[in-house]
Amino acid sequence: MTKTVNTPLTEETVKDLKAGDRVLLNGIIYTGRDAAHKRLVEMLEKGEKLPLELEGQVIYYVGPCPAKPGKVIGSAGPTTSGRMDAYAPLLMEKGLKGMIGKGIRNSEVTDSIIKNKAVYFAAIGGAGALLAETIKEAKVLAFDELGPEAIYKLRVENFPVTVIIDSRGNDLYKTGKEQYKQT
Amino acid sequence: MREINVETITKTVEELCIDANYNLPADVKKALEEAAEREESPLGREILQDILRNAEIAKGDKVPICQDTGLAVVFLELGQDVKLVGGNLNEAINEGVRRGYVNGYLRKSSVDDPFLIRKNTNDNTPAIIHTKIVPGDKVKIIIAPKGGGSENMSALGMLKPSDGVKGIKRFVVDTVEKAGSNPCPPVIVGVGIGGTIEKTTLIAKKALLRTIGEHNQNPEVAKLEKELLEEINKLGIGPQGFGGRTTALAVNIETFPAHIASMPVAINMQCHAARHKEAII
Repeated sequence: MTKTVNTPLTEETVKDLKAGDRVLLNGIIYTGRDAAHKRLVEMLEKGEKLPLELEGQVIYYVGPCPAKPGKVIGSAGPTTSGRMDAYAPLLMEKGLKGMIGKGIRNSEVTDSIIKNKAVYFAAIGGAGALLAETIKEAKVLAFDELGPEAIYKLRVENFPVTVIIDSRGNDLYKTGKEQYKQT
Repeated sequence: MREINVETITKTVEELCIDANYNLPADVKKALEEAAEREESPLGREILQDILRNAEIAKGDKVPICQDTGLAVVFLELGQDVKLVGGNLNEAINEGVRRGYVNGYLRKSSVDDPFLIRKNTNDNTPAIIHTKIVPGDKVKIIIAPKGGGSENMSALGMLKPSDGVKGIKRFVVDTVEKAGSNPCPPVIVGVGIGGTIEKTTLIAKKALLRTIGEHNQNPEVAKLEKELLEEINKLGIGPQGFGGRTTALAVNIETFPAHIASMPVAINMQCHAARHKEAII
């Protein structure tokens, strides 16, 4: 079933989401991939103030294309989440509630999702043009010098995602595969 | 000797980089449409339809299909009766990539060294250029932008000749299974068997350029392609790894003679945004 969800995420909203649900996200989400995550974690380790408040927020693992004239943003589909596994648990400890990406997460991330009552969504990898149409505003928030890897603040309307790992630790990548596996 | 100015090559490369990133090849579109009809998982069907809708938006709006517009892999077939004038061939190709990625609003995904500073080169150069000298007086250029997500799930195995067909099958199916949702399934699996390590990986990549539905001319190899596709689609991974029957659209195998001691197998994974365009000058 398809659910409509507003950001930032609350604990109640997250609890209602189940692996396999299709969700339309509305509100503010932040982009961040390898280089931005590395910097955020370094700042936290040094006790510095982050350029965004993490409480209840959603980070989208994406490095968009440049915007064509007249467009808000270029194509903007998800990148492989596994590269952010080393950083994600600490960000969840600090309040992060949602992650959007694609691909397998390690057991530390799943454990942290359960512990912090967070959620891992997947957007369709390779559907960057379709996803960009739901992004209504985009501005660089931090690390401008990283180009496509900078942190953008995005306002999205009905941004389509699927719940992969819910707050109980159910994982659609495992259950979906099991359901359709043939021997 | 036929003279070709390298500026013509630059212009062609620029156009191909943009065309390849905006327009999904017709055979890939057809394969996705057929998969959407066949797919048993309702969620899987929705995903395949969204992927097709994405291709339509990209074509209509002239924007990239996927934000990972890749490293520019260039296959150049240079006729031996061509005399190139006006500059350095490799610089001309890189200039074409530079113009294509800047003028086409494509993402710049190249860093200047692999593990030290990793600073973005900001123009997507250098391209990965494979040049082959062939008979004739033409220049054929194929541009195949290659994304990182699927490339990272590729693998090389220095198998023993005694591993045989069974060993090859196990290696290919295990690699696809281990990759799971990471390479953006449905995937195309390029397999190279034989040669030396660089030869086998190169033919695995070339296998990705083949039109979907066409098979290796050797009937035994074609049979292996079909068997592997069937086994892979039994894994249950499905579109985007959400579960389903469509894990791969094709398995394409290319072979090359090997050393008496060797049976190298390379697997180059390709996401559903299987982009490549070509031109002949």
